[in-house]
Amino acid sequence: MKQTFAIGIGGAAGQGVATPGDIFAKIFSRRGLHLNAYNAYQSIIRGGHTFLTIRTGPEKVTNMGDCLDLLIPLNQDAMDRHLRLLAAGAACIYNSDTIKPGDVAEGAELCALPVSKLADITRNKVAQNTLAVGAGLSMMGIGFQALEQILAEQFKKKGDAMVSENIAIARAGYEYATANFTPFARPLPTTANRYAVLSGNTAMAMGGVAAGVKFYCAYPMSPSTGVLHWMAAHARKAGIMVRQVEDEIGVVNMTIGAAHAGARSMCATSGGGFALMSEGLGLSAMMETPVVVIDCQRAGPSTGVPTKTEQGDLWQMLGAAFGDYPRVLAAPLDIGDCFKIIPEIFNLADRFQCPGIVLCDLLLSEGRLSVDPKDLAFAPTIDRGELITTASPGPNGDGVYKRYKITESGISPRAVPGVPGYTHTASSDEHDEDGVLISDEFTNPTKRRAMMEKRMRKVAGIAAAVPPPVLWGPRDADVTLIGWGSTKGVIEEACEILTEQGISANQLQIRWLVPLHGDAILDILKNARHTMIVENNYSGQFARYLRSETSFVPDGYIRKYDGEPFMPHHIVESVKEQLSGKSTLSVPAHEILV
Amino acid sequence: MATALAATNRVAMADLKGKVDPDWCPGCGDFGVLAAVQKALVELQIPNYNVVTISGIGCSSNFPGFINTYGMHTLHGRALAVATGVKLANHDLTVLVTGGDGDGFGIGGNHFVHTMRRNVDLLYIVMDNQVYGLTTGQTSPTSRLGMKTKSMPFGNIEAPVNPISLALAAGATFVARGFSAEQKHLTELIKEGIRHRGFSFLDVFSPCVTYNHDNTYQWFRPRVKKLEDDPAYDPADWMAAMRKSLLWDEEIPIGKFFERTDLPTLHGAEAVLNAGPLVHADSQIPADVSRAFIEELM
Repeated sequence: MKQTFAIGIGGAAGQGVATPGDIFAKIFSRRGLHLNAYNAYQSIIRGGHTFLTIRTGPEKVTNMGDCLDLLIPLNQDAMDRHLRLLAAGAACIYNSDTIKPGDVAEGAELCALPVSKLADITRNKVAQNTLAVGAGLSMMGIGFQALEQILAEQFKKKGDAMVSENIAIARAGYEYATANFTPFARPLPTTANRYAVLSGNTAMAMGGVAAGVKFYCAYPMSPSTGVLHWMAAHARKAGIMVRQVEDEIGVVNMTIGAAHAGARSMCATSGGGFALMSEGLGLSAMMETPVVVIDCQRAGPSTGVPTKTEQGDLWQMLGAAFGDYPRVLAAPLDIGDCFKIIPEIFNLADRFQCPGIVLCDLLLSEGRLSVDPKDLAFAPTIDRGELITTASPGPNGDGVYKRYKITESGISPRAVPGVPGYTHTASSDEHDEDGVLISDEFTNPTKRRAMMEKRMRKVAGIAAAVPPPVLWGPRDADVTLIGWGSTKGVIEEACEILTEQGISANQLQIRWLVPLHGDAILDILKNARHTMIVENNYSGQFARYLRSETSFVPDGYIRKYDGEPFMPHHIVESVKEQLSGKSTLSVPAHEILV
Repeated sequence: MATALAATNRVAMADLKGKVDPDWCPGCGDFGVLAAVQKALVELQIPNYNVVTISGIGCSSNFPGFINTYGMHTLHGRALAVATGVKLANHDLTVLVTGGDGDGFGIGGNHFVHTMRRNVDLLYIVMDNQVYGLTTGQTSPTSRLGMKTKSMPFGNIEAPVNPISLALAAGATFVARGFSAEQKHLTELIKEGIRHRGFSFLDVFSPCVTYNHDNTYQWFRPRVKKLEDDPAYDPADWMAAMRKSLLWDEEIPIGKFFERTDLPTLHGAEAVLNAGPLVHADSQIPADVSRAFIEELM
């Protein structure tokens, strides 16, 4: 097994869970360690329960893992809910003035911090947090200097007095732990690597910048709002027009307008907002104006569970807007991929003049991951497709520009407004090659058929431009786990655990959903011994889609739809349950109530 | 928002003639609006390739197909949202939005209000016939109380929206009303609306000869009174405009109700656009800027 170390920090919203999390994240990434962070929270601003898991290690950390090495409960509730995640060798640092410990696994240490004796709690309301961070770092064997530096950066704006007060509190926690608590058995190493730590939302926003996005607009909706926040904060430096719009109908149509004028344009939302955008997707397809729409899935239907994750929007994406039209639909596999996928899908949308949809989810959007800065490439290949932006050489042939010229590829050169000699009307109504409406023409069946076929010919071009999926792991395995999008990391770890336990496992993870390389998938799966489709929804949306496209039926299904992401053991135990013949559908329970 | 003309070629009516002739019913008020828009563009000498005419759905929304400019015939009610995107991506373009009362005040009501408060620099012409035409005669948001239609056969029981008062309240910086039978007057209003820097709203009585037998040319003619004929009327006075907007029945004012020129346009207020239209910007940002974005995360 890889060496990893997981910290859980829990408390009520407003108690300051985020700050110690950020401090740990910075310290780990500066030591050249990888990390993965996931915050389970509620849709309230104060109170409730929020639980942040940060898992670090010298190698890539693909998910939040199964258990904790260090628990920092900021209130009794967090202690009661999460203490059971500790195994032998783990520790819980808590404020013994206000929190009573529960029963802990043998070999785990309860580290009581006498907070009021170590800090002036009347002056500093979050003293327990700072003390715990100091104590934790001491037990991890990390020198105090690293913390001192980060606190100095963190409180710089609030003045020297705040900096020294917080450093003093942290030092008190650090020294108390050195004197009283047992250090962790396996200290965290350092490496020479340096990582950027970012959320999927930040990654998609930055990916947009890399893709040359010049127009971004949105209506706030969890869990997509982070894209808007990053874009708004960096708009001026990145030269992007960022607007907050009255609703998602306005958002998608404004995006289409800016794209039609010639700017790469993007927007993001969640399932409910996407439902409002649906008609606009059809407009983008019919006018052949490329836009990229990001859907950050949350648990639905309706308002659903706004702060919880799910992969429940697949069929909405497949069926978005009425009528048949070419579309590109891709699900990023991890947070690094959230960056990379944006320029890729823009190139396809531009080349094939159709909407591109990125199907993300809360797990990636709001989770955080360490990414090698080299993987955040700001100079990707940019392919705007057949775009006419200057008057010369002028329309071919008889000098009449046909915006929707019938071609073998289905792609017609696209002129943007402002170019002399290319005036035309782009229409949501069915139209002829020159853009003139044929929607109500009595004699139009031939023209209508020709235009449908022209647009739909682009599907073959998109399929040829998109790589087929590949099998990860040994070719010959006891079990093949099939997933899509954000479950890549947790399935990967489940495969490693299964292999260690004597069950060889491999993984087929789907990134490009439309077009789907059905033949390539069947080719990979035809020799599989036992196949299971893993997904974060109730009805097996991908399983149903794969079946509809390929007739493939797996041996079993692993599903979860309680709002929380899979943990590796959920998949491991489900695989064992199914291999023993007990079931073909496993729905693992989320044991910790967050 | 007028676009400078290349000195050599003069813009003529023939340049603006669409690929097809309008298929509106004979006598439809929209013919007059189309002619007035073409005349205004000729008089202002704006080349057709620098104009984008954007509409929603409805009889009057077929407009972009009947004029030779860049055109977008979009979704029902969404023209203003699309137009905002076009203008923000390339603010050198002259943006005209054309549509009907159902499209603009019904299904598009939300965008109508918000586009006005944003002061997006475009001219929005509503061909207001107080009825749904393309769907064969239903009540519209501006249908009068009591009007009988196929959807309200016993008479409309919902009070109509007052587009002029609504536009004034929502912060439009240019608010006017025309009558499609008053060509010269209408053409002047269109020219003023195009020249105005900011959101220009022009509500045009454009009678539906097929489905609205209440608000006909004959009904409007004796009632409409030009605001310009009253030398005491000051279009800078918002309260006076609001009072005038409430007049109906005996006397219905047409002309420029209100204009203010002291507010920035949406594209003028955003510093990102100072360097010029987005469509001309480099795809890639400078390497030191992208490096700084990554550095923030480390």
